[in-house]
Amino acid sequence: MHLKANLAAAILGLALSAQAQTAATPASVAGHYATLVHANYQDVLTTAVTLQDAIKAFTAAPSADTQAAARKAWLMAREYYGQTEAFRFYGGPIDNDDGPEGRINAWPMDESYVDSVNGKKAAGLVNNRKQAISKKALSGLNERGGEENIATGWHAIEFMLWGQDLSETGPGNRSFEDFVDGKAPNADRRRQYLNVVTELLVDDLSGLVKAWAPGQKANYRAKFEKGGNESLRKMFVSLGSLSRGELAGERLEVALASQDQEDEHSCFSDNTHRDAVTNAKGIENVWLGRFVRVDGSTLQGPSLRDLVAAKNTALAGKTSQQISGSVKAAEAIPAPFDRAIAGAKDAPGRVSIEKTIASLTAQSNDIVAAANAVGISKLTLVQP
Amino acid sequence: MNRAAWVGAVVAIAGLGAFIHAGLQAAPGASDPLGEKTGGETTVFANGKNAFSHPAANLTDEERTRFFIGNSFFKRNWVEAPASTTARDGLGPHFLARSCGGCHLFDGRGEPPPWRKGLSDEQPLALLIRLSVPGVDAHGGPKHEPVYGDQFNIAAIQNVKPEGEVAMRWKPIQGRFADGTRYTLQQPQYTLRQLAYGPLVPGTLMSPRIAPQIMGVGLLEAIAEKDIVANAASQAALPGAIKGQPNRVWDAFAQREMLGRFGWKANVATLAHQTAGAFHGDIGITSRLFPAETCTPAQKDCLAAPNGSSDGQPELEDEMLEQVVFYQATLAPPARRNVRDPEVLQGQRLFAQAQCAVCHRPSYTTAEGPFPRLTSKALQGQTIWPYTDLLLHDMGDALADGRPDFLANGRQWKTPPLWGIGLIRDVNGHTRLMHDGRADGVLEAILWHGGEAEASKQQVLKMKPPERNALVKFVESL
Repeated sequence: MHLKANLAAAILGLALSAQAQTAATPASVAGHYATLVHANYQDVLTTAVTLQDAIKAFTAAPSADTQAAARKAWLMAREYYGQTEAFRFYGGPIDNDDGPEGRINAWPMDESYVDSVNGKKAAGLVNNRKQAISKKALSGLNERGGEENIATGWHAIEFMLWGQDLSETGPGNRSFEDFVDGKAPNADRRRQYLNVVTELLVDDLSGLVKAWAPGQKANYRAKFEKGGNESLRKMFVSLGSLSRGELAGERLEVALASQDQEDEHSCFSDNTHRDAVTNAKGIENVWLGRFVRVDGSTLQGPSLRDLVAAKNTALAGKTSQQISGSVKAAEAIPAPFDRAIAGAKDAPGRVSIEKTIASLTAQSNDIVAAANAVGISKLTLVQP
Repeated sequence: MNRAAWVGAVVAIAGLGAFIHAGLQAAPGASDPLGEKTGGETTVFANGKNAFSHPAANLTDEERTRFFIGNSFFKRNWVEAPASTTARDGLGPHFLARSCGGCHLFDGRGEPPPWRKGLSDEQPLALLIRLSVPGVDAHGGPKHEPVYGDQFNIAAIQNVKPEGEVAMRWKPIQGRFADGTRYTLQQPQYTLRQLAYGPLVPGTLMSPRIAPQIMGVGLLEAIAEKDIVANAASQAALPGAIKGQPNRVWDAFAQREMLGRFGWKANVATLAHQTAGAFHGDIGITSRLFPAETCTPAQKDCLAAPNGSSDGQPELEDEMLEQVVFYQATLAPPARRNVRDPEVLQGQRLFAQAQCAVCHRPSYTTAEGPFPRLTSKALQGQTIWPYTDLLLHDMGDALADGRPDFLANGRQWKTPPLWGIGLIRDVNGHTRLMHDGRADGVLEAILWHGGEAEASKQQVLKMKPPERNALVKFVESL
């Protein structure tokens, strides 16, 4: 009897919680967002550990094959990291006062800060044998004396794996022999550098997973889930700032204006077109409360869209359409990005980038309107 | 009336009282009496690493595009000439940093190097030493030291010697509050060593200056000159020691004398001059405003070094300069935090009572900037809360650098704006304040005040710990 009652209560509880999960309230939306953020960072960590294994294999036995495998693993992990950029810009675990964002994903990178470049063979930390290569030392050197003095993170690893992109049509073409003793100066330090920065990346990603882990009493997620409208505000700030400031502005408009390869996000691997797509997708994930995981499963739950739809169905629909339009527009940017930004105003690559910028700009205004519709006005943008 | 509104009204009245007492006009802030929206409609609600890096919230989309392009130049590392990337070569010959962001990291504030046992063994990064000899130059500004110029540059390109090194020694200064609590301040002392071009001229004057956070500078530039002059008149009419003076300086962009607003001694009038001056002095990039490299006749290696312009044009094109100026002008001040926290409200009352608000004037309504194409209309007519009078004040012996700068004498410093002060930790991971970062945190900064601010400091020394905490909490909410 007792057992039965407990079971009934448990079933009732389950039903209630299932119901609570589908009804969009500020608390359920913030709660599901936390689940989504955690899942996304977990998938980044999983793919980054795969990258780390590939890099260990490459540095243990440098060859064209092991190098290619490491590059492939980097590209795979980037698919998941790009989507997490929709969790930035509100001083959360990624970019609060001691957040690791600058260590993980800073760019553009002055590659001569790290290693030899064309015409400056002795440049960089790798070639300075007096410089200690440790996680602590490289953390301290990252962004020291300038925002382009990047020593760590995805793009330092990318530069190690691909090298400078000196090709018009393809990515960087660093030889695996740069990592072979006797073939290139300081190959030992290059191997060490690559392993150390990768380990640091994995450490930092693990920290983010912990900050968003469920069921903890004192981590960031615990506070966020209880944050009410303030948590919703943070979500909107993030989507608006990434749409207009970071993606449309810093990553697309700047590159379009300068037509300079230095201004492309993943310039060594020629993967910038995917950065644009994954950023745009990250925004859509948060808006719809949906995330397709690395194992192929789909996470789905109460979303900002649902909250806005309850106040203004048309606005919610318009915003969804604009956001998915931006993903499609970004997918239409041809690779490589450094070729797409070149050429005349009406070159197809440039037109496709212009379209993406226009869509992201429209979307940022929709996001402001959507936030206002649910009573949130303290943003980084105001309604024009 | 709910409690929050009631408290707000009391504070508004208390604030008004301070203004009336100070003989100053309060800017109309009726819709936002606590000044939460620090920059009016330009304000962004931002914290974290990017808190100082957002464009004004009310820019048009076209203006945002200009902002982002300017930002990319602000961050960009310059390289030695000749280089394949001709658009950004010309670094040095002497320099301090390779980019604007090198000192203003994330548009934020620099800090002095760490020290152990009273000695810093690293060279400063965002802290420069200005040099001069007694006398004035053709425009009434400081007369350059003849061998090293007007600042000491500790880095150089290949085949050119850095000018030398800065040695910093830290001397503790003990003090105590009225309640007996002890405190220790650290006073830095500067020596220049490893001098590459021989000794400095005897009697050379030195002034250390740290790179401040830059958001809101476009709004400061848009404060009407008459409002700043009126600050001086109101202070002159007050009893007591506070007598601020405007600086008047030569502006290379306008090619005329103007009211000084920027720099630690209000020694620069406009963002355009400030920006071109920093490109020139700190990165070694010539421009139309400053067409010659900073090498002095004694610096033969510097004079012989290649530069980044093959066609006789300056290294920095006008268009790029203007984009960088526009970028800085439109960097938005972040909103205040915790404005209705009772402790913050108490601190706000204490801030007025201790006469802090006489110099750190809370609010203005902006007019238009000096050069319309280098700023945005979005900055005009805004009720802003920078907490400065932009005037020079005698700050006492302990802070005096002894080095005049236009009308500023060796004891005077400009009241720095306080907006954003509580977010420096978020952006730059430290809390170093004052002109060379000697103060760690708001309370130490207050304790460094002397001269015209001595009476205010004495009031703070008499405060009890909860009052001191409230005062600090208020300032950190800005």
